[in-house]
Amino acid sequence: MPTNEELQKQLIQDLLVESNEGLDRFDREMLALEKGQATPDTPNIIFRVIHTIKGTAGCLGLSKIESVAHVGENLLSLLREGKVTVTPPLISTLLAYADALRAMLSSLRDEGNEGSEDYSALLKQLQDLQAASSATSTETIPAPQAAAPVAAPAALPQGWGLFDDEPAPATPAATPVLSEAVAPAPVIERAPVVAPVTAHAPTGTPATSHPPGEGGARATSAADTAIRVNVEQLDKLMNLVGELVLARNQIVQHSALIQDNSLIAASQRLNIITTELQESVMKTRMQPIGNVWAKFPRIVRDVAGELGKKVQLVMEGNETELDRTIIEAIKDPLTHIIRNAIDHGIETPEVRRGGGKPDEGLLILRAFHEGGQVNIEIMDDGRGINISRVKEKALQRALITADQSARMSDREAFNLIFLPGFSTAEKVTNLSGRGVGMDVVKTNIEKIGGSVDLLSEANAGTTIKIKIPLTLAIIPALIVTSGRERFAIPQVSLLELVRLEAEQARKGIEKLYGAPVYRLRGQLLPLVYLNKELELGGASSTGGAVDEAVNIVVLQADGRQFGMVVDEINDTEEIVVKPLGKQLKGLACFAGATIMGDGRVALILDVVGLAQHAQVIREVRDRSMTEKHKGDARASERQTLLLFDVGEGAQMAIPLSMVARLEEFPRSQIERSGAHEVVQYRGQILPLVRVSDYVRTVAETSASGTDLMQVVVYSEQGRSIGLVVGSINDIVEEAVTVKRDSAHDGILGSAVIQNRVTDLLDVAAVIRSADPSFYSSSRTPVGLAA
Amino acid sequence: MNDSKQFCTFFIDGLFFGVEVLKVQEVIRYQQMTAVPLASRTIEGLINLRGQIVTAIDLRRRLDLPPRGEEQLPMNVVVRSDDGAVSLLVDEIGDVVEIHDDVRERPPETLRGVARELVTGVYKLKERLLLILDTEKTVNLAA
Repeated sequence: MPTNEELQKQLIQDLLVESNEGLDRFDREMLALEKGQATPDTPNIIFRVIHTIKGTAGCLGLSKIESVAHVGENLLSLLREGKVTVTPPLISTLLAYADALRAMLSSLRDEGNEGSEDYSALLKQLQDLQAASSATSTETIPAPQAAAPVAAPAALPQGWGLFDDEPAPATPAATPVLSEAVAPAPVIERAPVVAPVTAHAPTGTPATSHPPGEGGARATSAADTAIRVNVEQLDKLMNLVGELVLARNQIVQHSALIQDNSLIAASQRLNIITTELQESVMKTRMQPIGNVWAKFPRIVRDVAGELGKKVQLVMEGNETELDRTIIEAIKDPLTHIIRNAIDHGIETPEVRRGGGKPDEGLLILRAFHEGGQVNIEIMDDGRGINISRVKEKALQRALITADQSARMSDREAFNLIFLPGFSTAEKVTNLSGRGVGMDVVKTNIEKIGGSVDLLSEANAGTTIKIKIPLTLAIIPALIVTSGRERFAIPQVSLLELVRLEAEQARKGIEKLYGAPVYRLRGQLLPLVYLNKELELGGASSTGGAVDEAVNIVVLQADGRQFGMVVDEINDTEEIVVKPLGKQLKGLACFAGATIMGDGRVALILDVVGLAQHAQVIREVRDRSMTEKHKGDARASERQTLLLFDVGEGAQMAIPLSMVARLEEFPRSQIERSGAHEVVQYRGQILPLVRVSDYVRTVAETSASGTDLMQVVVYSEQGRSIGLVVGSINDIVEEAVTVKRDSAHDGILGSAVIQNRVTDLLDVAAVIRSADPSFYSSSRTPVGLAA
Repeated sequence: MNDSKQFCTFFIDGLFFGVEVLKVQEVIRYQQMTAVPLASRTIEGLINLRGQIVTAIDLRRRLDLPPRGEEQLPMNVVVRSDDGAVSLLVDEIGDVVEIHDDVRERPPETLRGVARELVTGVYKLKERLLLILDTEKTVNLAA
């Protein structure tokens, strides 16, 4: 038998939960009323929410809440009777009134009292509204003594005494406080309370679609089939299931070693049951995303109102379910994005009208499952992101250089808004533009293994796409071995596995200035050796001589693919993610640890962190990133390229448009002029540049056996220079996509041309380093490097 | 009520250390460990303590003492910290002793290096000196 205090506590707890849910509902119904989407039942629902709060608070001796609730209730009762007309000020005041109740409730939760806030101004407003409407009415209800709250804590113990023999005072109809307007069927109040525990909570405008009367029946059945469970309890259950999964893995592994039929049968059953149990427990933690979204209509209304904008919010996929830990984690980022969309995205009605758009901006929230992940899209039809302004801002904040800004692709420019310390708001508003914003959104979403992408079109709107995993606690992972240690790679970042036998590996893995790459279906895949990155040592495959089979795990991080070479690929397994201690928090390469079937600990690789560590992707968008996009931009145009060899097996290319002539000279014709090698050519002196000297490849020209030199003559502003190459291979017309960026001078990047890795020679850079005066002595050359 | 405290004692490189017994969750023999690449050398690895993953800190490295011999397997003193359980690797486990505050002294000024930070007090026992470690500081490698 619980003591009185315990019961009181429990009742207050119930009051808090019910009231907060009720108030959320109150908000939704209020907004429906404002939009004229109300059903005949809407005023009743609104009234009952407040009525219940008032009643329960009264029972528990929470006099301040009770008295504040009472004032609003009077107004609402007039509303219900159709004696007040719905006006925006009325709605705003009533919403503020709901906030006041919330404030008192949260103070009750956090501090154990109703708080010392003075609501007399608000109450005065409510009374004024009421007085205005009841001027015609005869039954003016006298204003209660709301401004004089009774000290709540003192009142608590006495409040309890009423209910010794009635442990469920949540039925407010029984309280003596209520004299007017008996709440019809108090059971209904319990319906929204229970519903969120069952997976599909009514989220849009619940119950309003049902005629009154039917709601009552529905609610009763919901109350019969659902119970309220403490989240802590569920978390504990989840942890236990995690342990069970590990124990199961161990037993399954051992039973395979012991040839005992009954043991094998039992372990198989255990296996199946554990899997089912795991799924069921996961399901209990699943909540529809609508639970988070429920508060957005209110936020949208408030923000839009403050900024003098009109916004219509459309929400699709309310019922999409995800783990509650993730729901918690995305709440703030989503709120921020929505605020941003209204603040920066959607224009004022005047501007919209000028642009031929409807006054009312459209904001669409959409959630759906796809490929084991939850996708959330936030779309607005506002002005879109102004790229030049974004770039300007980034320049101003020294986040990028002028050079980068000029070369940046649109998509890359959009992503600038995710950089720390970036904000485009011209003036800092109350809502956004404080410089803490999208970077935090991005970090928070990435923290839970998600990703953010942004698309925008000028004057058409902006779409932000978020992808997040369903759950964090138990994930499928690939187990690999490297340097005698096992590592788990989360399946979400895994694209495919490639195994190269020794012979294939020798041929297939090519080197670009020491950086190994592999051609995967014509695409260059940078390779990262796990044992090298993690400094494991020991194993042979350090990127040097390859004389055994090579296992490549193809991974994706931040939109970039790369291959990770490991010693062995073991198996896929469901693993339970456990956090690392704070001593290890600084290691970006690991996302956590898990316990394997044999009871040993294995580290979980953080693919993005590892890619950053290996410099496959870079945290700061530097030169090479923009170079890549420069390549992408060029990709669509077909180019005619001259292919040639410089040294052993290194093919290079230059655009044919840069080539004046191809010539052959016997070596004996080389003369010297100062430090330069020159030849006489068409009555002029042609300086020679040996390409191999400037791009640091393996060997000198392979054609040195013959007496003839292959020279590519390049002309600019009436001056010529001869590029000495090994051998001319071919002329091809190809759409060149630069696949890999090179940090080396003289190379613009690399591409696959005719199934060979080909470096694109940066002619201007080579000539500049060979003869700095070549360009400067004449007029400035046009468009060479760009 | 007299002012005495209980300490869990252990030996590292011939020195006699102790931590408050209330901070100690348990003492276990050597466990297989998973090394953490790229981590500080002070971290010996991760152990599986009944499904809980616990970081093991090598106290010899933490205290700037010479490394343990290859053949010598350390013991785990699992302590509770603000951030969950952490294992301290020691050479050998001593007794749990109850000592009166009378014999406590502040560490001598001449104590240098990292020990100056981590040793909170010295108890003058009959046969030897007992150095008391601050567990929170010991497991906080940033300090």
